[in-house]
Amino acid sequence: MGDIEIRVARRKRMDGIFAILGLVSTFVGMLTLAALMVDLAMDGSARLTQTFFTSFPSRFPDQAGILSAWVGTTLVMLVTAATAVPLGVAAGVYLEEYAPSNWITALIEINIANLAGVPSIVYGLMALGLFVYQFRLGQSILSAGLTLALLILPIVIVATRESVRAVPGTMREAAYALGATKWQTVKDHVLPYSTGGILTGVIIALSRAIGETAPLITIGALTFIAFLPGPPLKAEFPFVSFEWLMSPFTVMPIQMFNWTSRPQHAFHLNAAAAGLVLMVMTLIMNGIAIYLRYRFRKRIRW
Amino acid sequence: MELQQGLEIPKIKMPQVVAAKEPVEKGAAETTRPIIEVRDLDVYYGAAQALKSVSFEIPEKKATALIGPSGCGKTTLLRSLNRMNDLIQNVRTMGSVKLDGEDIYAPSTDVINLRRRVGMIFQKWNPFPKSIYENVVYGLRIVGINNRSHLDGTVEKSLKRAALWDEVKDNLHKSASDLSGGQQQRLCIARALAVEPEVLLMDEPCSALDPISTAKIEELIHELKESFTIVIVTHNMQQAARVSDYTAFFYLGELIEFGETSKIFTAPDKRQTEDYITGRFG
Repeated sequence: MGDIEIRVARRKRMDGIFAILGLVSTFVGMLTLAALMVDLAMDGSARLTQTFFTSFPSRFPDQAGILSAWVGTTLVMLVTAATAVPLGVAAGVYLEEYAPSNWITALIEINIANLAGVPSIVYGLMALGLFVYQFRLGQSILSAGLTLALLILPIVIVATRESVRAVPGTMREAAYALGATKWQTVKDHVLPYSTGGILTGVIIALSRAIGETAPLITIGALTFIAFLPGPPLKAEFPFVSFEWLMSPFTVMPIQMFNWTSRPQHAFHLNAAAAGLVLMVMTLIMNGIAIYLRYRFRKRIRW
Repeated sequence: MELQQGLEIPKIKMPQVVAAKEPVEKGAAETTRPIIEVRDLDVYYGAAQALKSVSFEIPEKKATALIGPSGCGKTTLLRSLNRMNDLIQNVRTMGSVKLDGEDIYAPSTDVINLRRRVGMIFQKWNPFPKSIYENVVYGLRIVGINNRSHLDGTVEKSLKRAALWDEVKDNLHKSASDLSGGQQQRLCIARALAVEPEVLLMDEPCSALDPISTAKIEELIHELKESFTIVIVTHNMQQAARVSDYTAFFYLGELIEFGETSKIFTAPDKRQTEDYITGRFG
C-alpha cells in the first residue's frame, strides 16, 4: 500500500516538474521577443515620425527615411507571393493527390525537404547566375522577387501538402462516388477545404522572406536608393505598366544593414526604428495568418 | 424499439415517394433479372487476398445484403462494384464484374460514368461542408448542369425520395453540418439519388446511427428498392433480415452462401452460415 502511494506521489511530482519546465521554456521565447521589441523601441521610437516613412535615405541621419525600403519590400513581396503561391500550391496538390507513390515521387519529396534546408545565400548565388546574368533580368525587383519565391517554395509546398492531407478522405470518396474527376474533386473540395491552412503557410513563408537580406545583397540590391520604381498604373493605354519590375530596389533589412554599418550613432537609431517597423510588418502578417485560419476553420465543419 | 418504430413510420411513409417513382418498364414478372454479375472475383491488398473467387448475381430492383464477420471481404466486394477500390494503392482485382452485361473492369470502361450508374452511401455520413442544396446538386453540377429550375426540381425530388424533404425544405441553404447524423445520412442518400443511379451501394449505412434514424433508413430502403437495385453491407444480421430480399454470407474472403434472405435465415445449406446466423461465432 505504502509503496504504491510513494509511486503515485512520484508520478504526480514528475507531472508538476514538467509543467514548470514547459512554462519556463515558453517564457524564454516570449521574453526574447519582448526584450527585442523593447530594445528596438527604446532606441528607435523617437525616429518613428511620419517623415521617416515618406523620406528617402539621406546622408543626414535625421532626414533619412525608409520610403524606398518599404516600397521595395512591398513590391518584392508581391512578386514573391505571385510566383511562389501558384507554383507551391500546384506542386503540393500534385504530390498529395496525383503523384503515384514510386521512386520518382520519393526522390522529389527528398529534394523538397533538402531545398528547405539550403542556406539562403546559396539561393542568392544561384539567382545571381540564373536570373541576373542568364535571363538578363538585372538587379531588379523581379530578380529579387523570384529569388525569394524559390527560397520559400519548399515551405509553401510543405504547408500545402499538410493542409491537403488534413482534408478527410471521406470527402474525396464522396466526390468520386458521384462521378467527379480528380480535378473536380481537388477544385471543388480539397482546395476549398484546405485554403485556411494553405494561406497560413503562405503568410508564414512570406514573413520569413520579408526579413531575408543575404540573397538580395548577393543579386545586387542597392543600399542607397533615392527614387521609387515606376508607377504600376499609367494615364495612357494600356494603363498598366510593368516597368517597376525591372527597377533597382532596396528592402527594409538591407536599409537597416546599411545604417548599422555606419559610424554615426544617429544612423543606428534609424536602424532600430526600421527594425521596429519590420517587426511590426511581420507580426501583422502573422496576425493575418491566425485570423484567416480561424475564419476558415469556423466556416468548415465536417 | 417497437414503440419507436410505431411512432416514426407514419412520418416516413410519404405519398411523394411513390409519385416520384419511375414506371417499371421491364415488367414486374422479370423482377429477378440480374443487374450485376460477379464472376471469379479475386481482390488482393498487396499480397493479402481479400476476396477469393467470388461469383454470384445481384438481382435488379431488389435489396441484397452482404453479411459476415469483420474482415470477411464484404466491404471490399461492395467497393469493387463501383471501382472505389481503384483509389486504394496496391489493390489488384481479377475476374469480372458485369453491370448490365458489360464488364466494368474492361479497359474501355469509363470509371467516372460507372460511378454515376452505381452510387454509394458510406458508413460514416460524409456530406460536403456546404449547404443542403449544394450537396444534393453536386452530382449534376460536375456534369455541367447549372439550370436553376432543373436543379431545384432535382433537389426536391431527391430529398423527397430520401424522406428528408419535409424536415429541410425551409432550410435548403443551411449548412449540411447543422443536420443530425441521421439527417446527414439521408442527405447523402439524396445526393446519391440525384444522379439517378441504377444501383445504390450502402456500406453499413446505419452502424453509427441511433435506432430511430436506423428505422427511417431501413424504411427508406424498402421504398427505394422499387426503383433502384440496393446492395447493403451490414454487420447487423437482424437488419439484413429486415431489409433485404437476398443475402450473401461471406467468411474469410469467400462467398459461403447466397440465396433468398428468408432461406438463408431459416434454412441455410451450409453449416458455417447457420453457425454465424445463430450467433455461434462472429
